[in-house]
Amino acid sequence: MITALLPLPVVLPLFGAGLALAMGRSARAQRVVSLVVLGTTTLITAVLVAQVHTEGPLAMRVGGWPADIGISLVADRLSVLMLLVSTVVSLCVLVYSLGQGMIEYGSNTPLSVYHPTYLVLVAGVSNAFLSGDLFNLYVGFEILLVASYVLLTLGGTGARIRAGTVYVTVSLISSVIFLAAIALVYAATGTVNMAQLGGRLAELPDAVALVLQLMLLIGFAIKAAVFPLSAWLPDSYPTAPAPVTAVFAGLLTKVGIYAIIRLQTLLFPDSPLSGLLMWTALFTMIIGVLGAVAQSDIKRVLSFTLVSHIGYMVFGIALGSEAGMSSAIFYVAHHITIQTTLFLVAGLIDRLGGSTSLDHLGRLAQRAPLLAVLFFIPAMNLAGIPPFSGFLGKLGLLQAGVDDGSWLAYVLVAGGVVASLLTLYAMAKVWNRAFWQPPNAVGEPPEDPVDPVVSEPVPVAARTGAPTGATASSALEGGRPESAPGSVRTRTDLHDKPMPDTFSLTRRSRLAMTLPAAVLVVLSTALTVVAGPLFHFTDEAARDLREPSSYVETVLGEGNHE
Amino acid sequence: MTDMSVNILLTVVVGALFASGVYLVLERSLTRILVGVLLISNGVNVLFLVASGPAGRSPLLGRNAPEDISDPLPQALVLTAIVITLGVSAFMLAMAYRSWQLNRHDDAQDDVEDALIRRRAERDEASASYDDSAGGTLDEEGSDTSDNGEDSADTGALTGNGPDSLRKGI
Repeated sequence: MITALLPLPVVLPLFGAGLALAMGRSARAQRVVSLVVLGTTTLITAVLVAQVHTEGPLAMRVGGWPADIGISLVADRLSVLMLLVSTVVSLCVLVYSLGQGMIEYGSNTPLSVYHPTYLVLVAGVSNAFLSGDLFNLYVGFEILLVASYVLLTLGGTGARIRAGTVYVTVSLISSVIFLAAIALVYAATGTVNMAQLGGRLAELPDAVALVLQLMLLIGFAIKAAVFPLSAWLPDSYPTAPAPVTAVFAGLLTKVGIYAIIRLQTLLFPDSPLSGLLMWTALFTMIIGVLGAVAQSDIKRVLSFTLVSHIGYMVFGIALGSEAGMSSAIFYVAHHITIQTTLFLVAGLIDRLGGSTSLDHLGRLAQRAPLLAVLFFIPAMNLAGIPPFSGFLGKLGLLQAGVDDGSWLAYVLVAGGVVASLLTLYAMAKVWNRAFWQPPNAVGEPPEDPVDPVVSEPVPVAARTGAPTGATASSALEGGRPESAPGSVRTRTDLHDKPMPDTFSLTRRSRLAMTLPAAVLVVLSTALTVVAGPLFHFTDEAARDLREPSSYVETVLGEGNHE
Repeated sequence: MTDMSVNILLTVVVGALFASGVYLVLERSLTRILVGVLLISNGVNVLFLVASGPAGRSPLLGRNAPEDISDPLPQALVLTAIVITLGVSAFMLAMAYRSWQLNRHDDAQDDVEDALIRRRAERDEASASYDDSAGGTLDEEGSDTSDNGEDSADTGALTGNGPDSLRKGI
């Protein structure tokens, strides 16, 4: 009976998307539909979590076809945990975007396509997490990717088209590689059902299995932005609107990580490829965070830390041990919430300071103490300062690395610590320059006077509103290297955003934007409090992954292993 | 259905489609990338046909004996893939057209910020975000500004735009 709930996290958002599209004329109706649909989905997911935790994996054959022909939806502990975190996060981001929509477009938003696309994105993510066969996983990927193409190029401005070109091309390549791999898997085994594949792939000659594994791995690694294949991410994410970037950063790369976890545990449990994965994890961690250190725009800093922290998850997967896998799953849950929170806060900074460029920001802690707190807590959490969940997740990974005992694992432990320190450095830089120090360009509007359209909808008052004392003090300091008008044009400055009528935040929309960010900060901090039970849960999830027999039996039925 | 022979002609076709597709994807123009992606997608579709084994009768139960029919599952998968490719191609065409509207070309452009950082690295110069409160005299500041002027011009040349059109376009 409870299995009837399984397709709902996919079907409900899709249904809601259709409804919202039909109601395109009424922004209010769209909002209600999106909120109700996502709220219901979250509740259903919570029920699924409780059910799966007590009763074990659930499976459903859509349409009643046998498992090897039809589509199976499967929920085990890993799936439902990912599902719960992703729906909660997408609900928060939705509320945030409602608040931002009220500011950016007025109450009557012309972008009637936003809500349907957003719901389709959620449906795609849920489908990927619940899918029990490779081809349905591909379909889930495509649903969420196509929705993400639309969201990334929302409004069709120059910067977004430029970013979208790269993003769409790279995503298409990864999808094609994935699809070709599915064709070859089918040719080799005659099935695409993951539960069946686990047994049949093991019977293949090693070389054939390795080729299939590598093809799938490359396809997933592009989506997850693992190092040599990560260059597209910091290039494309920062241009999108803040809520879109937030939900992308939280969810899309993690779907890739989820797929890699399934690949390494269910499909190819005997071929861990530890060496390869550990090296890529190391490079992802270090090179990603070095990119973050070099940037001067908050959104870009965050995009690079996102790449860097993907490395931690790959590290956990590469270890292959139960502890490593459990920590990796914990880290995914932690990182979804934390990265989304930080991007939402970056959106708030953009709204309040008029820019996300560190060259233009300053003294935000004085002007907006609440915002400073909202940034500081997740930033420290991301860097892994005790007692936050980031620390606990990293600790788990490092312990698993030490337990592994190989020299490469020790190298990765060291690399993880270094990446964590450099993350702290990047976050401290953002904190100092945006929240602590006086703004760089005081007294002169940083907008390019040539073209008023592309300049930020920033109140001059907001920037010059920083006390005149700042002017005096910077004059005393003998002139720091300032950014002259039109000199260092960061990408965010070049946005041509829809101009708000006035810059004054209405109380309601400010609440609608701040509240979700605050809720996510509280949630991510709460992950620390519930870390014990959560680690218990991920331990069991990792045990399930290492012993997939219950998964296989649930999908294929008792005594029907082949 | 235990015939393991593979249709060599189809395999060669897959290879040719992939090769020409990859060549086109490496181009800068989005339209050519799209054509390349379409070729590769069709290559994958043919690959599915290869994967489905030897050709047989149409998979209609009741009309043909189950031993004679070809494997219907890859055909279902290919149909899904074709629909997805159709949707994505429509979106890419719209994007290429929008890019042409804005920039009069549909080239994939370099990241503006990356280009700036690369140029700074070539000249071994600290970025404006580098907080050097000890140094930084007025003279240095002046020279910094003129360098930055060059920067945006360089980036413009790089992306095939004048600095002004770059600023307007982005």
